[in-house]
Amino acid sequence: MGETILAAEARPWREATQKPFVRIRGISKLFGDLAAVDDVSLDIYQGELFCLLGGSGCGKSTLLRMLAGFETPSKGHIEIDGQEMTGIAANLRPTNMMFQSYALFPHMSVEKNVAYGLLREGVPKTEAMARTADMLSLVKLEGFARRRPQQLSGGQQQRVALARSLIKQPKLLLLDEPLGALDKKLREETQFELIRIQEDLGVTFIVVTHDQEEAMTLSTRIGVMDRGRIVQVGEPRQIYEAPDTKFVADFIGSVNIFDGEVDAAAPDMMRVNTPEGAILCPPLPGLKAHQKVHVAVRPERIQLSRGPIKAANTLQGIVDEVAYMGNLSVYRVRLEGGRCLKVTAANGLHEENPITWDEAVHIGWSAAASTVLTK
Amino acid sequence: MRLRFTPVMAVLGFLFLYGPIASLVIYSFNESKLVTVWGGWSLKWYGELFANQQIMDAAWLSLRIAAISASVAVVLGTMMAMVLVRFRRVRGKSLMTGMVTAPLVMPDVIIGLSLLLLFVAMQGLIGWPGGRGFSTILIAHITFGMAFVAVVVQSRLSDMDDAVEEAALDLGASPARVFFDITLPMITPALIAGWLLAFTLSLDDLVIASFVSGPGASTLPMVIFSKVRLGVSPDINALASLIVLVVSIGIITAALLMRKKP
Amino acid sequence: MSGGGKWGRRFVIAVPNIWLILFFMLPFLVVLKISLSEPRIAIPPYAPLWDWVDGALRFNINFENYAYMWEDSLYINAYLSSLKIAAISTLLALFIGYPMAYYIARSPEPRRSILLLLVVLPFWTSFLLRVYAWIGILKTKGVLNAVLLRAGIIDQPLIILQTDVAVYIGIVYTYLPFLILPLYANLVKLDDTLLEASHDLGASRISSFFRITLPLSMPGIIAGSMLVFIPVIGEFVIPALLGGPDTLMIGSVLWDEYFKNRDWPVASAVAMVMLVVMIIPIMILRSAQNKGAEI
Repeated sequence: MGETILAAEARPWREATQKPFVRIRGISKLFGDLAAVDDVSLDIYQGELFCLLGGSGCGKSTLLRMLAGFETPSKGHIEIDGQEMTGIAANLRPTNMMFQSYALFPHMSVEKNVAYGLLREGVPKTEAMARTADMLSLVKLEGFARRRPQQLSGGQQQRVALARSLIKQPKLLLLDEPLGALDKKLREETQFELIRIQEDLGVTFIVVTHDQEEAMTLSTRIGVMDRGRIVQVGEPRQIYEAPDTKFVADFIGSVNIFDGEVDAAAPDMMRVNTPEGAILCPPLPGLKAHQKVHVAVRPERIQLSRGPIKAANTLQGIVDEVAYMGNLSVYRVRLEGGRCLKVTAANGLHEENPITWDEAVHIGWSAAASTVLTK
Repeated sequence: MRLRFTPVMAVLGFLFLYGPIASLVIYSFNESKLVTVWGGWSLKWYGELFANQQIMDAAWLSLRIAAISASVAVVLGTMMAMVLVRFRRVRGKSLMTGMVTAPLVMPDVIIGLSLLLLFVAMQGLIGWPGGRGFSTILIAHITFGMAFVAVVVQSRLSDMDDAVEEAALDLGASPARVFFDITLPMITPALIAGWLLAFTLSLDDLVIASFVSGPGASTLPMVIFSKVRLGVSPDINALASLIVLVVSIGIITAALLMRKKP
Repeated sequence: MSGGGKWGRRFVIAVPNIWLILFFMLPFLVVLKISLSEPRIAIPPYAPLWDWVDGALRFNINFENYAYMWEDSLYINAYLSSLKIAAISTLLALFIGYPMAYYIARSPEPRRSILLLLVVLPFWTSFLLRVYAWIGILKTKGVLNAVLLRAGIIDQPLIILQTDVAVYIGIVYTYLPFLILPLYANLVKLDDTLLEASHDLGASRISSFFRITLPLSMPGIIAGSMLVFIPVIGEFVIPALLGGPDTLMIGSVLWDEYFKNRDWPVASAVAMVMLVVMIIPIMILRSAQNKGAEI
């Protein structure tokens, strides 16, 4: 084996010459009349940790199950490592899956759970047991080989499920909400553990999650899904900083959206008229005057002060609500027109006289902080 | 202490359920043949029971039919449950569900009559079954037994997380292998319950067996029925007490075993 | 499961279905056929439904067996009487079974499991013998009369055996577990906080029961009631052992028609009509079970 090149560093998706490892072409899945997955095409590269992100019922799990072979696509093709998957049963595919419920075999010990895949492959028992022991030490469960799954904590069960799905060294590992059943603190620790294992083994991961923070932390790239379609694919930073649509902007993190229409565009600046006043934005090519657009502004990009602010966009309002979150505070500022905006500000140490309820405030943000969205 | 309605009703209800059984057991030890006269404790009726060749033969026939029909019913019922719960893209599932639940509520007289008429018609057409007795009762009992097994196994299968089976499939096991490695061990309690249910129902069936049986093949319920139609017969009390004893031991053992497991 | 073992899959689908079609569906067609045949004294005791006369197929369909049932009031009375007995015993069983199911569902563990076991346990002993037990209790010189006479509550023995009262007792007794189990399964799922909320909003215990518990347990009540009502319509053993000459039930009529009169076509017609009578309660049961599954 050659030296593992981490996809997270090489970013193969940025080069047109790179051959994708998983090719999904025009895939749809109909349940009755309802399209759970609607004409999805996607390329995923060797060594990636790709997250499919979306709310419940957006089709992400169905897409994953079609990759695993549990659902048959109504239309379209899937190719994994150059091999067409249509007609290949789940038990014959080069993929393995980690289930949201873990789906551990309750009547088998941890060891037997993990070794199951190897034994089905015809690996001799002694070798299978040795590899199982290695795998258990990789997930730090050396002492638990003889236990039954029910005797383990949720976090330990999660690691057994991971070990079991990795033991056959699949080309592609599919993970359905792998951290969904863990509590918040354990989830955060496990995220980094998952990345470590993925980088150690060089296996391509496709992770389904509804948790946008989890997707941001884990992934090389994110595919945001909505109503059966992929609405945007990109690196976490790109998805956050440059959302393509109002849906993505709203789904990833918190955002203030202004609806308006294009007033005038200069080469270096564009003005959008909204009910809250004109907003200056970076120009977006191809827009016509009076075209309806949305302007998205992240709460942490908005400055908040008692005195006037020097910025491209400024507004005034009254603090309606303050939520103290520890590292930062979230303000709800009511504008003169009655509309409320969300503004977050970092909390300094022993800040004297912080801005509080019912204070009249000035807010402002730069033109670059506004993102114009056409959809 | 203020008497509350539901506990009082519950106590009365349980007395109602167990009073007759208790009276059977007590009178099986009564020396006297009369219910109203207590002739002292005696095991006389147990002796008579075991000396009654007709009852013993009928019991042996019933036990054989019950054991065989329950075993076949478990196999067929489990297949049916798998088809209904786990198989996808099977046409006519609602018809199958109807077919498998109908025997549960169908009166015995109808099942008995219709099977008998079928056997008669089949004999006219293809010369089988040659006579009525062991094999025809067996077929009848397998038929309703499999319906009960299918319902029990079906509910167990629906409660089971099917991701567990998918996981085994995903790890390279063939569908048949998944069934024997994963599904079967996980539904074993339901299979045992289904078997016991089919066994008990077979052992208990009077009406259907009366219809489909022929001369010379009398099951235990048929013998009991012909005896008790004429009135109380203390050796039947003894038989009932033995059944109560066996069933209680069985159920209590099962309950204790279940409790031990986490 | 997809792929692999296509033939195995077909085998698993085919075997139980062929069995049921052969030994459950087909028999009904035979019954239907014979119910339309003319009775005659022969073996088998009915005329063929069709035969070849001079090289042409001739059908001998007649509805006389059904017409006969309509004319002879015995059959209609037997159906009506069966429905009446089934309805009354269902109500009686509900009256006894509901409080029991409620009490069990509200009991703490392990008492709940033990009580539930006690409800199920009689079911595993012989049905026939449990009905038989009542003969010894109810007969004129039986246990019940002996106890009541000695206690001085009555001075003449009560005549219960071989009356409809004995039949009601026998039915309620044997079918009680069928009513308690679905009711229990429903009541045990009832969220305690609903009753707490109702109390909190000022409803009394009794009013909470009638406004919260009872409506929510309706699917269980209907399912349990139908599980008693439907099989009781065709019940034979209980009226045969506990009932008297006046006890008229359709199951016994069918039995006699077959075993005593050897009139297979009329017995078949009785069975077909019984099936039709049962369709509505079976559909009610189905919808109650589906509703119960949704909760």
